[in-house]
Amino acid sequence: MKSVLGDRKAITLLLTPALLVYTLIILVPVFWSFGLTFFTGSVLTGFEFTGLKNFQRLLGDPYVWDAFWFTVKYAILMTLLQVVIGYGLALLYQFVLRRSSVLVRTLVFFPVVLPTVAIAILYQKLFQSAPSDGLVNELLVNVGLQSVDWLGAGTTAFVVIVIMDVWRSVGFYGVLIFSGLLDIPDDIIESARIDGAKSFKLFRHIILPMSLPILFASFIFSINGTIKVFDSVFALTGGGPGNSTTPLTLYMYRTAFQYSDFGYGSTIALLLTIMCLVVTLLIFRSSRRDNTV
Amino acid sequence: MTTTLDPETTAVHTPRAFEPHHRTPGQAIAHVLRRIPTWITIAFLLLVTLYPLFWMVINSLKTNADFLSNPSYAFPEEWHWDNYVIAWETGNLATTISNSLIVTIPSLILIVLLGTAAGYALEILVFKGRAMVLLIFLAGIMIPGQMIVLPLFNAFFKLGINNSYLPMILIYTAAGLPLTVFMMATYFRAIPREIFEAATIDGASMTRSFFAIGFPMMRNAVITVAIVQFFLIWNDLLIALIFGGKRSLNTIQVGLLNFSGEYGAINYGPLFAAICITTFGILILYLFLNQRIMKGLAAGAVKG
Repeated sequence: MKSVLGDRKAITLLLTPALLVYTLIILVPVFWSFGLTFFTGSVLTGFEFTGLKNFQRLLGDPYVWDAFWFTVKYAILMTLLQVVIGYGLALLYQFVLRRSSVLVRTLVFFPVVLPTVAIAILYQKLFQSAPSDGLVNELLVNVGLQSVDWLGAGTTAFVVIVIMDVWRSVGFYGVLIFSGLLDIPDDIIESARIDGAKSFKLFRHIILPMSLPILFASFIFSINGTIKVFDSVFALTGGGPGNSTTPLTLYMYRTAFQYSDFGYGSTIALLLTIMCLVVTLLIFRSSRRDNTV
Repeated sequence: MTTTLDPETTAVHTPRAFEPHHRTPGQAIAHVLRRIPTWITIAFLLLVTLYPLFWMVINSLKTNADFLSNPSYAFPEEWHWDNYVIAWETGNLATTISNSLIVTIPSLILIVLLGTAAGYALEILVFKGRAMVLLIFLAGIMIPGQMIVLPLFNAFFKLGINNSYLPMILIYTAAGLPLTVFMMATYFRAIPREIFEAATIDGASMTRSFFAIGFPMMRNAVITVAIVQFFLIWNDLLIALIFGGKRSLNTIQVGLLNFSGEYGAINYGPLFAAICITTFGILILYLFLNQRIMKGLAAGAVKG
């Protein structure tokens, strides 16, 4: 039977198209992009070999470090918020609302599928301060506070980015973690309850330990996305004011397509890729430890 | 607590938990009180989720003067449905929406075909190095788009196809493959190989058995994969900005961004109308497919 499953013609015919597209569009460019880090210029101006100059520039470029720290700050905060709030929603769905949770789940999930650009424009208007106040400032003024120029300063712009991204993603994490909670057998929870476990104890000793695998999976998924944040920041603040909300992804985009420096752009992209690689390896190592224990 | 207890329970000092239907008024009140935090939480959740969308709709019907001089949460003085006509025409929505469709549909078809075939080859067929190939595909999930766009921009420019839909279709297809191949391989793992072997006894090759049995069997998985990829491609901004920057190639996302930067900066009603239109398109899809979409996207995340 081995010979049937080892059908060479079938393997070639079915695997080659995907492998070819993947190799040409993803794998080759990754190595090519690495090669570009030794050059300066763009496709329009032509390339010039500069050796390690791009790496020297990278190390001394304050904007890169700002962008790096912004990316780290955003990724850590966002991943925490997504997993924690998502877990809160999942617990609400599974243990408080139970069977009647479908409607709430469906409605809270809706922002997840909306186009990021549309949401970003909506949030620009919600947090607007000029020429007239948006909804948020109107509420602040109505309760007697000052209206804030939200997108006019780096710190407050960061707050708006975080609020918007939480708004448009927690519905997803709620459902994701909820689908994991469904795997906890009902009889375990029932028997603990009969043994007299109170809500908090039940949560601390039964539910929380049993939801660790799904929390870990959502953590991986979340960090893999948040470290590459681009769309929401680009559409909401454009990285501004100044450079104050520019992640690495956006700094790379600007370097390559506004300042036409593909070589330095590739160098920043390489830094970003190394960050992704490090995070992936850390995750793999910790998940392996989980399995062996 | 001022709960009224009936004499029987007070006597034995145990609440009658086994008779939930026969509540005293006090217990009923306590029960309602206990539900209040839940109701507040739900009301808060729904308000926070839905009110911004409602706010967007009421503002899409206002004139500039109305928007600037009255509170934004007030209803429009007059309902200006013509904002939608203006948004549709000035925002070039017909072009950008059809561009998005022209790019998304071929990419989805290619992803599903290539990805399912590769998943089948890697999971059902037996050959040396298949674990390695699967791992190479998996690595693609991690790679950020920034790492591939510059060489591709060079290559497509040299090939002279930079001003067509082709770069976007190719990149979306390739970028969708890692997750799809991985998901399909996982789904095929659940199917016993004997089914495919049995087909070959009837004289079909493994290729035929893929098209005759494997692919049709995966109908649900294919829909899941297509949903996941649809939202990734439809909502993408990076690739669309770089390879669809030319006005005639603008996808819905890029078109909306340009519209907001130029015309929409001073015409609030039409800007709100434009984001309403792009939102409602998705809403209609969501009304019919919400459970599938939710399950599909969650499956995509767990499998990834």
